[in-house]
Amino acid sequence: MTTTVADHHHDEVPKGITRWLFTTNHKDIGTLYLWFSFIMFLVGGAMSLVIRAELFQPGLQVVDPHFFNQMTTVHALIMVFGAVMPGFVGFANWMIPMMIGAPDMALPRLNNWSFWLLPPAALLLVISLFVPGGGPASGWTLYPPLTIQGGMGMDFTIFTVHILGMSSILGSINIIATILNMRAPGMTLMKMPLFVWTWLITAFLLLAAIPVLAGAVTMLLTDRHFGTAFFDPAGGGDPALFQHIFWFFGHPEVYILILPAFGVISQVIPTFSRKPLFGYTSMVFASAAIAFLSFIVWAHHMYTVGMPLSGELFFMYATMLIAIPTGVKIFNWLATMWRGSLTFETPMLFAVSVVCLFTMGGLTGLMMSITPADFQYHDTYYIVAHFHYTIFAGSVLSMFAGIYYWLPKWTGHMYDETLGKWHFWLTVIGFNVTFFPQHFLGLAGMPRRIPDYALQFTEFNQISTIGSLVMGFAQLILLVVVVKAIRGGKKASAEVWENPEGLEWSLPSPPPYHTFATAPEVR
Amino acid sequence: MHTLRETKMIVNRLKHLLGAGSALVGTLVLWAMPTSVQADWALNLQRPVTEIARVQYDLHMLITYIVTVIGIMVFAIMFYSIVKFRKSKGAQAAKFTHSTKAEVIWTVIPTLILIAMAVPSTKALLLMEDTTESDMVVKVTGYQWGWHYDYMEEDVSFYSKLTTPQSQITGTETKGENYLLEVDNHMVLPVGKKVRLLLTAQDVIHAWWVPQLGGKKDAIPGFINEMWVRADETGTFRGQCAELCGRDHGYMPIVVDVVDEAQYQAWLDGQRNKG
Ligand code: HEM
Ligand SMILES: [Cu+2]
Ligand SMILES: [Cu+2]
Repeated sequence: MTTTVADHHHDEVPKGITRWLFTTNHKDIGTLYLWFSFIMFLVGGAMSLVIRAELFQPGLQVVDPHFFNQMTTVHALIMVFGAVMPGFVGFANWMIPMMIGAPDMALPRLNNWSFWLLPPAALLLVISLFVPGGGPASGWTLYPPLTIQGGMGMDFTIFTVHILGMSSILGSINIIATILNMRAPGMTLMKMPLFVWTWLITAFLLLAAIPVLAGAVTMLLTDRHFGTAFFDPAGGGDPALFQHIFWFFGHPEVYILILPAFGVISQVIPTFSRKPLFGYTSMVFASAAIAFLSFIVWAHHMYTVGMPLSGELFFMYATMLIAIPTGVKIFNWLATMWRGSLTFETPMLFAVSVVCLFTMGGLTGLMMSITPADFQYHDTYYIVAHFHYTIFAGSVLSMFAGIYYWLPKWTGHMYDETLGKWHFWLTVIGFNVTFFPQHFLGLAGMPRRIPDYALQFTEFNQISTIGSLVMGFAQLILLVVVVKAIRGGKKASAEVWENPEGLEWSLPSPPPYHTFATAPEVR
Repeated sequence: MHTLRETKMIVNRLKHLLGAGSALVGTLVLWAMPTSVQADWALNLQRPVTEIARVQYDLHMLITYIVTVIGIMVFAIMFYSIVKFRKSKGAQAAKFTHSTKAEVIWTVIPTLILIAMAVPSTKALLLMEDTTESDMVVKVTGYQWGWHYDYMEEDVSFYSKLTTPQSQITGTETKGENYLLEVDNHMVLPVGKKVRLLLTAQDVIHAWWVPQLGGKKDAIPGFINEMWVRADETGTFRGQCAELCGRDHGYMPIVVDVVDEAQYQAWLDGQRNKG
């Protein structure tokens, strides 16, 4: 079953910068996506440290409030659209063809284009910080009428969102086409690794949600410059309309960020438990249920906007329902570990921390779904804590798990386990020190998105800032680990781990430039 | 032999970690202490003084307990597995891949818990949304950056803005007790009266929030939102704008004085004479 491609005349690897500019190779493009994501992660992380520095003490010390608002806005946009989404597309590019036994993505040229749209978009967003009036300062949710007031930087942001959206749509078309058409013989849908499944579902979510966002920001643009009044009450428009449209995109978006992460965790936990994934079928159905529900719960972000009672009840019940498929996933992971034979290499450490910490984020989410209570939680630091437990501890830590898990496959070298463990412990401790106290801040009444606060919030803010420094600098360890593994180190075997499941492990480490030129047999 | 050494190593590492951890926490506490006048480490929702705030508080405590128990269960199972099923302790992997019974249990029990949560939540929501039979109406308008209050039946209206001096914000002067939570003209409400608030805004969206009086509601230009407040006790209650509204979003607090009826009437008279 081993596919030897050494004598294949296509296998010479192109050299120099043109290799990366013109590449149509899924592995190269995956690498580009991952590096782009990592750079964005550092840039967005630097911005969050500006935020935390200002919040270390009450009063204004470091930045002016308008710049503070730009930092919270651009930090979030960069992390969501620049770090997490492209990061998982990078994983999809590298792993999906290797997992389903395909030679490459279905649409390789499109693939090149979807990546190369990203750097100009990111550049546009960063440049917006330097134009007159500064960057966007209305929060990543871009609510009008505040966004209508913004300067030229706001238009830069709108175009950034357009370009990033285009990239996501092209990327998801490619992923769907690859998964549906390029599977090796015998790789039926219900035999696909869970990572492939969650990405298939995510790609459909992207196709449905991104155009809605594009529409919303386009309406902002025409309200700003072309005399329309979609969101302007003076012209008969409705500011709350934007929020409905935005969150119709926004809630599926948060599942776009988390479903591929669930996929990664579902690959990692079985390997280090030496036991097959518990409840594969229910995992697939739970993912699909979450995806469906994610389209009918958007207004749980808008309880305070003033909806009719029936609307508030509907969105409360629908949101509470999401807890059930989410719970199923968590229980399945626990059951996979149950009576397994566990070892705790770095990928597993990250995976275990994801299960624990994401559970906390899910539970606070459940609390916020309770409308009457959310009238207290909404727009406070409680929300900030919730979404960092879901997005950072859910999505980003899953990406770390995936990086350590597949890095030996990608580079052909084992990573430095000691450094990996340092990275893990500093990140997880730093994370909790940063974000756990924010639950208390939110409950005690600290609103989010403020540069300065009343004195009773001082202590927890100081702890939070210290945690963020630890967590922030710990990420440089990851850089060192990855660079070391690329340059050398202990040779990795094809399997890397002990009997891991999946076609990717039947290929040598690193895999040749082109793999599965002839499709493998899947029993 | 091998496992013994490993256990020792883990114990040693834990000891180091614990030591480092407590040292860190200790330094943090020592260092954070002198920087503020009133270290109170508030952990929970503020003490409620209206029926709505109390219902929210009770609901919040109920769901906090429920999710804490669920969380502890998940963590316990996780830690049990981590300790018990280690390969280094000779654990052999079982082969099972599903169990219909378990899967039914962990779908049905959460559903029941959700229903148990939904019932009091629905009741609370019905209570909050019932703005009928109010004793008086105040129109609240948010603007960049402050609030305007209009006692519509009384012909009294005024603006309310932050009074914390710039010198305290930039740090050239010591910060006062109510730093950022003080305004020139307080909103005054009579105790025990059901007050209907009509919320709107002049420019962008704001949100009116005094935690002890109940939840927040958005103030949206071109629209009128409603909420109601009936304070059970007199006192001064402070809050802030809760929706990002531009540069000085952090600097538009709300201060409400709840007073008895006589004082309220006297205050109204005073306001009318001003105008
Ligand atoms: C059990 C599942 C979850 C439930 C029930 C839930 C519920 C909620 C609710 C009700 C809110 C609105 C709170 C408010 O603003 O008042 C919220 C906010 C948020 N959630 Fe979740 N959530 C869940 C999982 C997730 C996941 C998986 C993610 C992302 C990976 C996520 C990301 C966010 C974000 C980013 C916000 C804040 C958006 C903003 O206002 O900027 N949540 N969640
Ligand atoms: Cu949501
Ligand atoms: Cu505001």
